[in-house]
Order: sequence, then structure tokens, then C-alpha cells
Amino acid sequence: MGWLEGRFEESVVTTTLEQAINWARESSMWPMTFGLACCAIEMMATGASRYDIDRFGAGAFRATPRQADLMIVAGTVNFKMAARVRRLYNQMPDPKFVIAMGACTCGGGPYYKYGYNVVKGVDLVVPVDVYVPGCPPRPEALLEGLMRIQDKVRAMKDLTKGQPLEIPIPARTGFTHLPPELSDPDPVKAVEKQNAWAKRNKERAAPAKA
Amino acid sequence: MTASDIITALETKFGTKIKSKSLEAIDPFIVVDPSDLVEVVRHLRDEPTLAFDLLHNISGVDYLEPDPKKAAKAGFEPHLEVVYHLQSFQHRHRLVVKVLLPRWKNDQKGQLPEVPTLTSLYGSANWHEREVYDLVGVIFVGHPDLTRILLAEDWEGHPLRKDYEFPLEYHGIRGR
Repeated sequence: MGWLEGRFEESVVTTTLEQAINWARESSMWPMTFGLACCAIEMMATGASRYDIDRFGAGAFRATPRQADLMIVAGTVNFKMAARVRRLYNQMPDPKFVIAMGACTCGGGPYYKYGYNVVKGVDLVVPVDVYVPGCPPRPEALLEGLMRIQDKVRAMKDLTKGQPLEIPIPARTGFTHLPPELSDPDPVKAVEKQNAWAKRNKERAAPAKA
Repeated sequence: MTASDIITALETKFGTKIKSKSLEAIDPFIVVDPSDLVEVVRHLRDEPTLAFDLLHNISGVDYLEPDPKKAAKAGFEPHLEVVYHLQSFQHRHRLVVKVLLPRWKNDQKGQLPEVPTLTSLYGSANWHEREVYDLVGVIFVGHPDLTRILLAEDWEGHPLRKDYEFPLEYHGIRGR
């Protein structure tokens, strides 16, 4: 940008389109309300006035995955819930981000050894961008995790370099209740179908190249 | 009525059907056979001087010491107990009824023990019995809808049994 800066009047700002898009994205991260256990209380505290996640533009908690960019998995994920987590993740529009909040979602936490029904880390079900440990994490820690997500968004180069961050999607859905175009009795074929579907969706969502 | 009055009244009515009793316990209890359970509890509910109108809770307890070295000193034979907590709002007294069951029906592993349902007497028994079935593995004969209530419907095993083995994976997700 060097040669352009300072050549206009004071109230004119110059930037790249990519930076502008990233700035808009990082400043309006809409999380999905996704309280599964006690971490949800801390997430609510983060959203309330004392810690005020709205300062970072992430205060608009949506009750539907269709309107959300960010999934804060707050609380213990058990095997019965794993399929729902994966399904909600699939329903979110790209680009989408996941914060694993709390010890349980990072790796099983206190249920690691004797929790027969607890998924040992939500990254076995959905791709996780940022892990926020703690039991439960303080609201400041969740805000820190959100800022790391914003760092990731700021580094996205989906206009100039093609596709954004690639995080491998785990092959396990935890359950078989998928729509027919995504499921197959053969697990290898099912993964192929799901990856093809994700790729097609990304291509559709990607802006046309100049 | 005090607990000893209740148990004495039951013993005069049912005689040897009351297998054993304990007044020293914090919650005094009686033990009955599974075949006599419905009869005894129906009497407890319908007799005006007893009038147990609330079934608080049903719990299943697995008495098993999985460690063979400690099993000799455990002080009990391996068995299951189903515990019913009854209360009367009218007379403000309470009683615990226990049923002792083998861990497996006919001592064949995999065959769940059976006990008659109390859903015909208390509506609250419905979900409690489903929970006991889900976690401890007791079949309540005559229950209108004996399906799992907490775990996923295709779960294998009953997790609160002491010899339960954790699943290695559930639909592809690593379990431990």
C-alpha cells in the first residue's frame, strides 16, 4: 500500500479489498449458542455486560447454525450429542470456526478415565481452530480465544491465494443419521462423499476471482 | 407411625413374605421377594393407616467387588439390589423397600434379572425404572415402554455395573 498512502485527503482511507473483508469478518463473528454444560455459564458471563464480548463484535449469539460463523463448544460432549455437534457444524455456512471451550472439549477433562459416555475431545468430531483450556475457563480466557480466532481471520487470503484455512475434518460423525447424499454404508465412501460435498460448498461460497 | 410400627404391621399382615428388616439403618428398610413386591407395595399404598402416596426414587445397586483379591473380604455375595423409597405425605412417614436380585438371571451371563414393574401403582415409577434398566440392567416386567432413557438407544451394556467394560469406540469415535 506504500505509495498510495497519504496521497488523498484526510478523511479517505485506502485498503485492500481482502483486508476490508477480513476486517468485516473478524469484527462481526457471530457465535452460535452452544452451551452443553457448566462452561455455558461462563460463556453467558462472557456475553453479559461485565466482560462484554460485544466489544469484539461477537455478541450476537444466534440460535441457528445458518446464521453463525463461530461455534463455541462450551461443555462436555457425550457420544449421544456428538452426532448433533457434527450435524450443526455441517449446517454452518463457510467460513466457519470452532472454539473448544473447557477441559472436556479439549480432551475429555475430568471424564477422561471414567467417563464411559464422554467424547475424549470434540476434535474427534469437528475440526477445532482454538482450544481454550480451563475448568471452566475464565471469561477472559474465552475472550483471548476469540482474539486468536480473529487473528486467524485476519490472516485469511481467500481472495488472492484461493481457499482459506484448511483444517482436516474428522472422518467420524459419531452416528449414522446423515442425509442420504452424505451417508454410505461403506465408511470410506461416506467420507469421500462428505469431503466432495464440503469442497463443492466451498467452491460455491468462494468469491469469483477477478 | 414410626418405622418399627410400620414394619410390625407389615409383618403381621404378610408374615414370612417380609424376608428381612433393618431398623438400625438411617432409612429403615424391609426386604421382599420380587414376586411379592407388587402385593406389598399395593398394601403400603392403599392401607389407610400407611397411605404411602409418593414413590420418591428407585435406585439400582450393584454389589460386586471386581478385584478378586478384595472379593473375599468384601462382606457380601455378588448381587443386585433395587431400592424403592416410599413416603406418605398424609402421615409424614417413610419406608424403604428393597428387592434382592441375582446379577444375572439363572446365573447365565448376559441374561438380565427381572422384577415386576410398579408403573401400575405409581406413575413416577415409569422413568425411574427406565433409568435403572438403562444404567444397571434390570428388566421390569410389564413396563409399558422399557427403553433407554439417558444413553443412546444403540448403546451396549449397562454402565453402572461394576464389571462394565468401557466401549473402545462408538460409531467410529475413540472411546478411551
